[in-house]
Amino acid sequence: MSGTMAEQPRTAVSNPPVRALAANFGPQDLLRRSATSSLPAPQRQLTAVAKLIDVSKCIGCKACQSACVEWNDTNPAIGVNTGVYENPHDLTEDMFTLMRFSEWVNPETNNLEWLIRKDGCMHCADPGCLKACPAPGAIVQYTNGIVDFIHDNCIGCGYCVKGCPFNIPRISRADHRAYKCTLCSDRVAVGQGPACAKACPTQAIVFGTKEDMTRHAQERITDLKSRGFANAGLYDPPGVGGTHVMYVLHHADQPGIYSGLPENPRISPLVETWKGMTKYVGLAVMGFAAVGSLMHGIFGRANRVSREDEENAEKLVEGRPVPPPDSEERPG
Amino acid sequence: MNQNRMSQNTIPDGSAQPSDAVHSGPPVTVNRYGPLQRLNHWITATSLILLALSGLALFTPALFFLTGLFGGGQNTRLLHPWIGVVLFVSFFIFFFQLWRANLPERTDVVWVKRIGDVVAGHEERLPELGKYNAGQKFIFWGMTGLILVLIASGILIWDQYFGEATPIDVRRVAVLVHSIAAVLIICIFILHVYAAFWTRGTLSAMTRGTVTGGWAWRHHRKWLRQLVGRRRIDPAK
Repeated sequence: MSGTMAEQPRTAVSNPPVRALAANFGPQDLLRRSATSSLPAPQRQLTAVAKLIDVSKCIGCKACQSACVEWNDTNPAIGVNTGVYENPHDLTEDMFTLMRFSEWVNPETNNLEWLIRKDGCMHCADPGCLKACPAPGAIVQYTNGIVDFIHDNCIGCGYCVKGCPFNIPRISRADHRAYKCTLCSDRVAVGQGPACAKACPTQAIVFGTKEDMTRHAQERITDLKSRGFANAGLYDPPGVGGTHVMYVLHHADQPGIYSGLPENPRISPLVETWKGMTKYVGLAVMGFAAVGSLMHGIFGRANRVSREDEENAEKLVEGRPVPPPDSEERPG
Repeated sequence: MNQNRMSQNTIPDGSAQPSDAVHSGPPVTVNRYGPLQRLNHWITATSLILLALSGLALFTPALFFLTGLFGGGQNTRLLHPWIGVVLFVSFFIFFFQLWRANLPERTDVVWVKRIGDVVAGHEERLPELGKYNAGQKFIFWGMTGLILVLIASGILIWDQYFGEATPIDVRRVAVLVHSIAAVLIICIFILHVYAAFWTRGTLSAMTRGTVTGGWAWRHHRKWLRQLVGRRRIDPAK
């Protein structure tokens, strides 16, 4: 391998390199690492990247799904047609991205609108999966915003599923590890955009720096507004610190109509309590109980049976007089 | 017949159980737990300790190294729920032998009110007690309730078999409830172990199955009186 590093990609349409390149980011660029408190601060800040999915340009061809399967070498099982467009029926450990189709009647125009949203990991700036993960280094976040699962460290507990506000990670029943979209971190590291963006025939999926993508989104939103979509807007939800996969929506005021895209996603307060208060208070209480009893056990006075107690028991058994049973009504 | 019943009525109810018995000494010894009960207890105890270690490993990153005891993170994730099933079954076999003797009674209120005398070791200021005091009953019912909560919430978050059985919101509640219940049961476990050591002479009840007559006289006099009384009525036993 050559020591030359790839440029950080500015677009998904660049051609692949003709010679081997060293990865342009790696473990030294971690912003967060699951279940790790003493992570050294990264020495440099990578440019934030983002994938922009323009729902208004999507034709529902599923080229992105095919490209994802091909690049990641997953083999989703052949499913059953139940009369819906989604194929497979949900995200799986072998299908990291899924076109979700909904037929929506716009009450203002009475037109049927076919809303097709490419679902998958949003690469949150504040990732709930990473917060919930108990296994050190199983989930990492790079300074360019990519949230990646390191499968060697994954223990298959499913905590990431509970942490995720978008219901994305899936646990493999074969190897008991969690899987999701990697934002093609392996491609990005050698100057390439994600496979789905590369394959998209209408460039509904584009990739680049988050800054460029936000600017591009604004151009698209201006265009959509000029075409009568007054509520067109960018989906980059602040509740999770913004995301590195963003949507242009023609009806950004109602994300829910796009197959249940959450209106204001955030890490569930239940998960925050579990990973915050419960952990700290719980450890303090258990530690106090353990240390307290140990100290009292060592330095306190034990409750010992006296010689007199043994004699009284012998007298009782032999039928000799002993102190009589007390009355429960006896005053204290 | 009639006379027999009358004399039985004078014997205090100390929640004595069929297998409990006094052996005249000296020294006097009292059977407190039979061999199967002790086996039952130690299977439960071992399971609880293993569950606490594997559970704490997943509770906080600071204790993740404990997964090494179980052969790594994947094995810890695999084993923890099964150990939970063992504990659940083992505990409830034990439960059905003990629950009657752990029903609350009036002396429990007095015992709790005089908890200061309990801690100071002034047993002479306490009412005479049956087989279990209010503290032991608290541990018994506390463990019972928490084990029910833990097995129910644990099944909901047993990803391998029940991962998709409930919506994610339900599993979020379950994982929070499971962790809080686990903290509480570990505290009760610490209290249980501590009390067993602090009250000298208790451990033999769960090792050899017997306690000394003096121990029974000091801590559970009503129980001892019942056993002694029962033996006199029925010398064949």
